[in-house]
Amino acid sequence: MKKSQILTLIKKEFLSEWRQRYALNGMILYLASTIFVCYMSFGLKSGNIDTITWNALFWIIILFTAVNAVAKSFIQENDGRLLYYYSIARPESIIISKIIYNAILLLVLSLIGMLVYTLVMGNPIQDIGVYLLAVVLGALGFSSSLTMISGIASKASNSGSLMAVLSFPIILPLVLMVIRLSKNAMDGLDRSVSTDEILILVAINLLVGAASFLLFPYLWKS
Amino acid sequence: MKKNWWKILGVVLVIYTITGGLLLNVPRLNILNETIRNLYFHVPMWFGMVILLTISMTYGIKYLRKGDIKYDERSVEFAKIGTVFNVMGLISGAIWANYTWGEPWSGDAKQNAAAICLLIYFAYFVLRNSLEDEQQRGRVSAIYNVFAYAAMIPLLFILPRLSPDSLHPGNGGNPGFNFYDIDSKLRIIFYPAIIGWTLIGMWLASLQIRMRAIKRTLEDN
Repeated sequence: MKKSQILTLIKKEFLSEWRQRYALNGMILYLASTIFVCYMSFGLKSGNIDTITWNALFWIIILFTAVNAVAKSFIQENDGRLLYYYSIARPESIIISKIIYNAILLLVLSLIGMLVYTLVMGNPIQDIGVYLLAVVLGALGFSSSLTMISGIASKASNSGSLMAVLSFPIILPLVLMVIRLSKNAMDGLDRSVSTDEILILVAINLLVGAASFLLFPYLWKS
Repeated sequence: MKKNWWKILGVVLVIYTITGGLLLNVPRLNILNETIRNLYFHVPMWFGMVILLTISMTYGIKYLRKGDIKYDERSVEFAKIGTVFNVMGLISGAIWANYTWGEPWSGDAKQNAAAICLLIYFAYFVLRNSLEDEQQRGRVSAIYNVFAYAAMIPLLFILPRLSPDSLHPGNGGNPGFNFYDIDSKLRIIFYPAIIGWTLIGMWLASLQIRMRAIKRTLEDN
């Protein structure tokens, strides 16, 4: 596994994303319209919603956006291109580059989402630093588990719905921890209260990342 | 595991659990009262489930390394019996909760974790059915099996202990297992119950595996 190979692959992901800007724009629009649907259907003026609902709703929106955004990382690649990658790159480099790329993509998406969300729904966050940390850890964790699941789902026939079925139960502990951490940040609790959650999030990320790293070569062979 | 002694041992231990569990004396505790006997039926289900799913995961890894279809069959059958144990654990837990916590589903952290675990393994079976090719099905589902197992450990063992409002003993400030487990009257049935139920589960799985093997040979000829 070479560093340069990973960097080249990440660069290639960014280039192809930039060339198909409609996909990225589509995702941002998906995020914005989901937020707007939630905002309208709750019938809210900003600040009318209690913090638990505010927080849970935000993470559910991010979860759905993440599943949609990451799903395309393997499902939309055509067979010829996958065969080409197979012949030139090591599977470990491919999974790591995809995870890093998806993490950056999800981070950008969730920051945009946060901006739009706070604009229409109000901003009850008290400790913005910890909240941003939760967003970063969440993006990393979503990307490492969803990238692997997207690879698994791409092998099956009805991969779109399978992606959600396979990923939701697996990603749930991560979502619960992220929600708990970000709730602490919203209430402006002392930062020492949140160390447990942060450590567990890092541990889950490492565990899932390591599992993807070890298992992906077997998936790649088929 | 070709010998019969462990099957007999499993049957004897389960019979011992049922008769002893229902007839022997148990300590009197508030709220729990006689329902504490469910300890011999509800808790072994979870021990059995984790053991069976671990075996399933190990066969998944073996399949990935060796590529022999019989490992895939073993992996899926152990996962199936593990899921049966999960369902039985949920049901026996719901009945117990109905009498001690007041309602069958109290949103307890462990209850939720068990339900999510059930969802994961249902997704595993859906994934298997959506793949046509035998080798591909084996490989992809083995990968998901190992991946899901790695994600399940924090779910089952870490999260309930962190939850502030768990109703299970040993979690969230409730008195630990030792509170009543220390009573040797319970112990002499509880430990054999775990071994007995797990052996029965392994027997069920091995019967299914042998049936599949026979079917496969019949189809091949």
